[in-house]
Amino acid sequence: MAQIGSFALLLALALSGYSFGAGLLALFGRDAASARLGETARRAGIAAFGAVVLASFVLVSAAFADDFSIAYIYHHSNRDLPAAYKFAVLWSGQEGSLLFWSLLLAGYGFVLRLRYKTDQRLFAYASVIIASVQVFFLLILNFAAHPFAIEQGGIPADGTGLNPLLQYPEMVIHPPMLYLGYVGFTIPFAFALGALIMHYPGEKWIHITRRWTMVTWCFLTVGIFLGAHWAYAVLGWGGYWGWDPVENASLMPWLTGTAFLHSVIMQEKRGMLKVWNMVLIFATFLLAMLGTFLTRSGIISSVHAFAQSSIGTWFIVFIALTTAVCAYFLVKNLSNLKSEHKLESLVSRESSFLFNNLLLLVVCFTVLWGTFFPILSEWVQGHKVTVGPPFFNRVAVPVALLLMLLTAVGPLLAWRKTSLESLKRNFLYPAIGSIAVGLMMILFGVKPWEDPSYFYAVVAAILAALVIFTVISEFVRGGRVIAGKSGQNIFAAMFQLCRRNTRRYGGYIVHFGVALVIIGILGQPFNKEVEKEMAFGDKISIGPYTLVCQSYTQDDNPNYANEWAIINVFRGGKQITTMYPERRFYKASGQPQTLPRIYPSFREDLFLVHDLYLVYEGKNETNGRPIIKAHLNPLVPWIWIGLIIMVFGTIVALVPNYVPVTVTATVPVRETVHAGAGD
Amino acid sequence: MKRFPKTNGYECGAGAPARQRQTSKEFPTKKGSRLASVSEGRFFAGGGARATLSQSRRLVQAFILTAAVLLFAGAGPSTDARFKDLGHRMMCTCGCGQVLLECNHVGCKSSDKMRDELMAAIDKGDNDDLILQGFVQNYGPTVIAAPTTTGFNRVAWIMPFVALGAGIIFVTWVVRAWKNRPEPALADGITIPHGPELDQFRAQARKETEQ
Repeated sequence: MAQIGSFALLLALALSGYSFGAGLLALFGRDAASARLGETARRAGIAAFGAVVLASFVLVSAAFADDFSIAYIYHHSNRDLPAAYKFAVLWSGQEGSLLFWSLLLAGYGFVLRLRYKTDQRLFAYASVIIASVQVFFLLILNFAAHPFAIEQGGIPADGTGLNPLLQYPEMVIHPPMLYLGYVGFTIPFAFALGALIMHYPGEKWIHITRRWTMVTWCFLTVGIFLGAHWAYAVLGWGGYWGWDPVENASLMPWLTGTAFLHSVIMQEKRGMLKVWNMVLIFATFLLAMLGTFLTRSGIISSVHAFAQSSIGTWFIVFIALTTAVCAYFLVKNLSNLKSEHKLESLVSRESSFLFNNLLLLVVCFTVLWGTFFPILSEWVQGHKVTVGPPFFNRVAVPVALLLMLLTAVGPLLAWRKTSLESLKRNFLYPAIGSIAVGLMMILFGVKPWEDPSYFYAVVAAILAALVIFTVISEFVRGGRVIAGKSGQNIFAAMFQLCRRNTRRYGGYIVHFGVALVIIGILGQPFNKEVEKEMAFGDKISIGPYTLVCQSYTQDDNPNYANEWAIINVFRGGKQITTMYPERRFYKASGQPQTLPRIYPSFREDLFLVHDLYLVYEGKNETNGRPIIKAHLNPLVPWIWIGLIIMVFGTIVALVPNYVPVTVTATVPVRETVHAGAGD
Repeated sequence: MKRFPKTNGYECGAGAPARQRQTSKEFPTKKGSRLASVSEGRFFAGGGARATLSQSRRLVQAFILTAAVLLFAGAGPSTDARFKDLGHRMMCTCGCGQVLLECNHVGCKSSDKMRDELMAAIDKGDNDDLILQGFVQNYGPTVIAAPTTTGFNRVAWIMPFVALGAGIIFVTWVVRAWKNRPEPALADGITIPHGPELDQFRAQARKETEQ
């Protein structure tokens, strides 16, 4: 089996190498022979996809067949691992995840090469660039991190098992989503670089890549949030974002990708920011590569990181080379990216996009700076310092709040120029509504002057409300215009409005989702926690809940042994649910794992919803009593609802606009039809 | 069936009786001392010209200091609040990369030990800086969760705001430069309306599209 996998990887490298080399040669000529050579390069790229699929299939099959002669399978699987997690073996280790990267890239390349007729020349350039990235990953897979390496010293009877942290349903989805996002940015990058090299006229490359970019952005968003939810639901510390270097690595391309999605609108609508958009998409791709490098190089300690290995050097060389190539072509072809930058007013949609880009990049810089500062400190001071959550919360949060303000105000500004009267008309009611939200928070006892975190919570609530109200007002205003003309009810009119300009209104829905995410985050300063050793019948009071320990029990299966508490939850004297916080002990890896239980209070609290979060922490060694930790996390469920709305908004934005088709037809009019019959 | 080891918890000392610890956000940390020092600064700043004035100043000063002590003594941070605050300013040293009070790794000896030490230091009456210094001496500078505001570490805090400031200045300059660019030349006979005339056209367009 290992030989088949190894052969498939070598074949994929050869085919990708050919696709790159022949494709590159074909780009220099314009004759029939060059066209034929280009076609063979395209087909080689498609065939490379088949070879990478075969290699991936072999690795997953080896996991299912418990083939522990392959070192990777021995280290990341075991006989009693459930089937779903045997799929996850593919991306649970260094070598497998690189193969998975390569697989996704080959998949994207496959789709791109099938759709080459859209614009053969541009697609040929993009295909060559993708092939070059593919060659890089396949070189690593074949020569530095081989997934089919044979385990030395005989075939072990059983594997050491999958990391218990990864044995959770979301872990089967989270890495693929994140990787689809990371890898997907290669496509707009390849088109952008291709368009730059070939002096591609106009903005067509942006139209071609718009959907690719949005889909990729959506995958990355889902991947990041699934990771946050996984951390929340599995790690058991009651939080969802720890500013870990690898979390930061996924956030950085997301931030530049978001900036790109906004600034390309400027290029499409006004022909502006052509150079800037190139820089943004290059930066996004390079940051995605940097994230991959951070996870694998071992230069920064992180719970997410794979084992330290030599492949970091490969990535440094690749990132440096790519940066040099991008910079060279950007400088060389700068004259082709000239645009007529002309603004009529400071108060305009164009200005808001510029400041939006600035703030997104400042947050990105802050995250990058904080992530690498420990290394810088070591160089300068001779010792590392930790840059953890307190730093990021203090520095990035104020900038993020400014960004929220722009998210609220930006859509209200018109292109070219916005009159003060129009701004007042559009902004007045949302502003009043959001200030009312802030005042209500103060009335309900949140005193922003007493603690900085309360201050941020109130400001964030005001800004999130402002975003929500402006989005609603945009829908209502547009809906009323259509309703007035068509006679539809307001909701049908708003639906119609959305269909007419899906990108704009899909974007507003995404903004709405972002505001909900912010609402979910701003509950953090009000978290409560209680920890107690609980014997049978013991109680814990937290917020409106009383938790009563009913019993403890334990179980055993081939994969793990577990024990859990049975906790009855009372609210207002009435039992509302029973929760089962659990702890497992995985036999193959010898590692324990906590599985918290979460109860979102949707049924009791519609808007001020919170999570009751119970963790079974273990037993007091002295008296044998189990320790239960209860968290009350206000508003957290809104984060996950916000994500769903963001995804929905992206899907809406991906749908083509509905254009009413006018058909002229000759209809014979019968004289017998009475006037008014159709009224 | 294997027994699971006891993990974290704030317990200080084995065999602690069953207990309950509740934490939620609590505020006043150094407010009292900060206010007191401001008051001192103001009174010393103008002082010393005449003896009587000096005496009355001292009396007022003593009164304010006493009032401040009485006012804030009861409102000082509780042991729990200090434990939580300091515990969130330090990292667990087990390699999990988590803030000390958020490390919940099963059987993590580092966080258990560090929590015990932190609680002992608070009980001993050490101030926050002293406690943090003690941890740095024992565990190295990486135990502090964020760079300090001294020496080179200051750069960590300053740079993002420098980037923001520079970015705002740059974007503002760019926007102004673009705004002040001359209009592109037009063919003879074509004119673009300006000022009130343009606003009138815009208002008309808005009226026609919104009604």
